[in-house]
Amino acid sequence: MSDIQAFEQTVPQPGEAGFGDYVALLKPRVMSLVVFTALVGLLVAPVPVHPVVAIASILFIALGAGASGALNMWWDADIDAVMRRTAKRPVPAGTVAGGEALGFGLALSGIAVVMLWLASNLLAAGLLAFTIFFYAVVYSMWLKRLTPQNIVIGGAAGAFPPMIGWAVATGGVSIESALMFALIFMWTPPHFWALALFMKDDYSKAGVPMLTVTHGRKSTRAHVLVYTILLVPVALAAAFTSIGGPVYFAISAVLNAGFLYGAWRIWRRDEVAAEADAYRVEKQVFRFSLYYLFLHFGAFLLEAALRSFGMGGW
Amino acid sequence: MSFRPDHEIYKRRLGRNIGLGLTLAAFVAIVFGLTVVKVTESGPIQGYDHVVQPGLVPQEATE
Repeated sequence: MSDIQAFEQTVPQPGEAGFGDYVALLKPRVMSLVVFTALVGLLVAPVPVHPVVAIASILFIALGAGASGALNMWWDADIDAVMRRTAKRPVPAGTVAGGEALGFGLALSGIAVVMLWLASNLLAAGLLAFTIFFYAVVYSMWLKRLTPQNIVIGGAAGAFPPMIGWAVATGGVSIESALMFALIFMWTPPHFWALALFMKDDYSKAGVPMLTVTHGRKSTRAHVLVYTILLVPVALAAAFTSIGGPVYFAISAVLNAGFLYGAWRIWRRDEVAAEADAYRVEKQVFRFSLYYLFLHFGAFLLEAALRSFGMGGW
Repeated sequence: MSFRPDHEIYKRRLGRNIGLGLTLAAFVAIVFGLTVVKVTESGPIQGYDHVVQPGLVPQEATE
């Protein structure tokens, strides 16, 4: 080793990443939703799982979701850099190199899938591998820059976790896990389009074909309403399966009425009204949609808890 | 001779190393816990092949 090489290795590099930067690569906020929905999928399944296996499985599902987030940040660094919301992510901010994010994402994906297989079963691991592939390749690399329907199809990636949780417990898929999948799948488009309506400059600056950019804001408002209407029967149908019951039905009915009302308010507004109050309704509906999903899965959990006391179900 | 305070980057490296160490320790703990659960919950098996051995199954159960 020459003196110059030795010197270069000891001199601090200004862009060197801290531990938190690697955590940020895993998109911890998305991970928290994955952990919650996967945990609900696992807990409401009719087959009990040993707590250690359950905790380990949820951790590896979350790790897989985080790994797909790192792969997404590696691929999307160019558009993340121009969007205000994402410009401070580790890769566009320069704290983690693109190649490093790629290696980190690939390594964690492999570890998460293999460990989930060892902890639970092959189906759950296969679903996790497909989810990572779907988010990183189908959504990030293929659809996101190609079609305004990117959110609709890409939403499947976020919808898989409860199905994986269910597969960890039962080793299979069923109408219940399919409905939990469908609930998140149908919820994703109105949730993101409400966001796109008030993050108005970001997507057009980045050249991402968001519905607001390609079809206009009036059409996006109509899409929010239509997809919310389509979401309602999916959410209510789960009430009549083994994971639902009257408590879930009541909670779901109230939440769906609220979401429908919000989507209707978005639909009947025009840009002048929205600009005038700084997109107050759109922001309200976006926030409500987060509670909507959280409370639906909370209701599944509540029904499961009631069933364990002999009270849940119809 | 005076000592200069450490550059901020050394603190960042220390944080990264501690974080990685704790993550690896947690991973070892998870694998250990999983191993214990898998071995204790999988019934009458012998340690080397994880296959049920007829010789270990109680006599009444085989009759």
